[in-house]
Amino acid sequence: MRAGFLFKEVRIGLRRNLTMTFAVVVTVAISLSLLGIGLLSNAQVNAMKDYWYDKIEVSVFLCGTLSESPTCANGVVTPDQRASIKTDLEALPVVQSVFYESQTEAFARFKERFKNSAIAQNVTADQLPESFRVKLKDPTQFDVVVSAFSGRPGVDIVQDQRTILEKFFKLLDVLRNGALLVGLFSVLTAALLISNTLRIAAFNRRRETGVMKLVGASSWSIQLPFLLEGVFSAVLGWVFATGLLSGLKYVVDTKVAPLLTFTKFFAWNQVWISSAILLGVGLFVSILASLITLRRYLKV
Amino acid sequence: MIRFENVTKVYAGQERPALDSVNLEITKGEFVFLVGKSGSGKSTFLRLILREERPTSGIIHVAGKDLGSLANHKVPELRRQVGTVFQDFRLLPNKTISENIAFSLHVLGYSQKEINREVPEMLELVGLEDKGDRLPSEISGGEQQRVAIARAYVTKPPIIIADEPTGNLDPELSVGIMKLLDRINREGTTVLMATHDSGIVDQMRKRVIELDSGHVIRDQVRGVYGYTG
Repeated sequence: MRAGFLFKEVRIGLRRNLTMTFAVVVTVAISLSLLGIGLLSNAQVNAMKDYWYDKIEVSVFLCGTLSESPTCANGVVTPDQRASIKTDLEALPVVQSVFYESQTEAFARFKERFKNSAIAQNVTADQLPESFRVKLKDPTQFDVVVSAFSGRPGVDIVQDQRTILEKFFKLLDVLRNGALLVGLFSVLTAALLISNTLRIAAFNRRRETGVMKLVGASSWSIQLPFLLEGVFSAVLGWVFATGLLSGLKYVVDTKVAPLLTFTKFFAWNQVWISSAILLGVGLFVSILASLITLRRYLKV
Repeated sequence: MIRFENVTKVYAGQERPALDSVNLEITKGEFVFLVGKSGSGKSTFLRLILREERPTSGIIHVAGKDLGSLANHKVPELRRQVGTVFQDFRLLPNKTISENIAFSLHVLGYSQKEINREVPEMLELVGLEDKGDRLPSEISGGEQQRVAIARAYVTKPPIIIADEPTGNLDPELSVGIMKLLDRINREGTTVLMATHDSGIVDQMRKRVIELDSGHVIRDQVRGVYGYTG
């Protein structure tokens, strides 16, 4: 079968079944978009993790006047303890840098943070603990610092900002998984619709396929027009889905990003990667659905 | 061209075989009528040749192929050797006459150049050179059957099988069909035609094979429809 004739047959097939073609294209577009949104939420969660984990630190608070933990029973941290904690912190292989925050600095930061609030007026510098702010090479290695320094004389508590963020990210992970799951289910729906559409198309064109079998066309060339119809609808749906994801990215960049300055958003690159994955999924699903259906309904 | 060796076909769920130990050979260039009552095994015979069915036992050779050992994916190759014509024409209603004939060539991958050469030639052979642009619904039944023959013959298969090709046609139109099949036969094509039409069989005086309840009860070189002993 020559390409010209093949494409003419495919065009006739799509046109004759126009409402179904439309339904398939729209369904594929919507389901691939949903899956794409799932992929982009994944990218977004990763972008936020990168952004935040890069900024977070482990704080090693030293015993102050208000500390209540047992390790502070002997009172405020001594200069010797402070020096040895610093040396040991810097010696840890997972530690990238250590920054000492004195009570005065903590107070300044506190005042800056709550400058419009009455709280700032009731707090004095000696009430705030001094601390080491530790930046880790790999933020997931937090446990190393905790096990080495909690319970050590002079250390009040070791606090990881990551544990606070982690709860937030767990929520985001659930949302992302939900989005991916919805996407996968709708892709499955699209596959079933493609399969049913081809079944109807095969039934509508049983005369043509009958003649093709009669004159000795190979089963491959009998199935190819149907296969291409399924693939065509899937690719068209994919084009719309990519358009939709690009639109989403545009809205995020122009409308959302200026409002939410505390985080980074997924890059354009992620849109293209997701789009490529969607094309792969679309082709795979449509070809698989077509082949299974055609094997059943176009037996030679 | 076609050889049946001890071929028996029993359909699932039936006791009586549709064909029972049939032995016969049709050689290249022959014109053969296959006659018999409904249910005598004619259709089974034709279906076995096209490998739409497989025999329960026995060996079938068609166009040099042993159908018993023919792989499924080679069946299209067999069907390219056998042109088929049916009582109900089986033309594509929304393609013109020319497109119907060209369809065979298109699906078998002929070039546009070959198609442009072959299709007018076929239209001329079947005497429809001025009706190529009509739809099947716009021409008579006899003309439609001629188109169907053109479609079966355009790829020049060595064998043409016609299953009751005149079954839906008036006697005068049937004559045209028979002339056409005869002409194709004279060009060297083996023609096997199943029919109920006694007039045609008597007139043509070709080889007649009669089936009854799955048995070959007659095989005459220049036979007629009714049994003459």
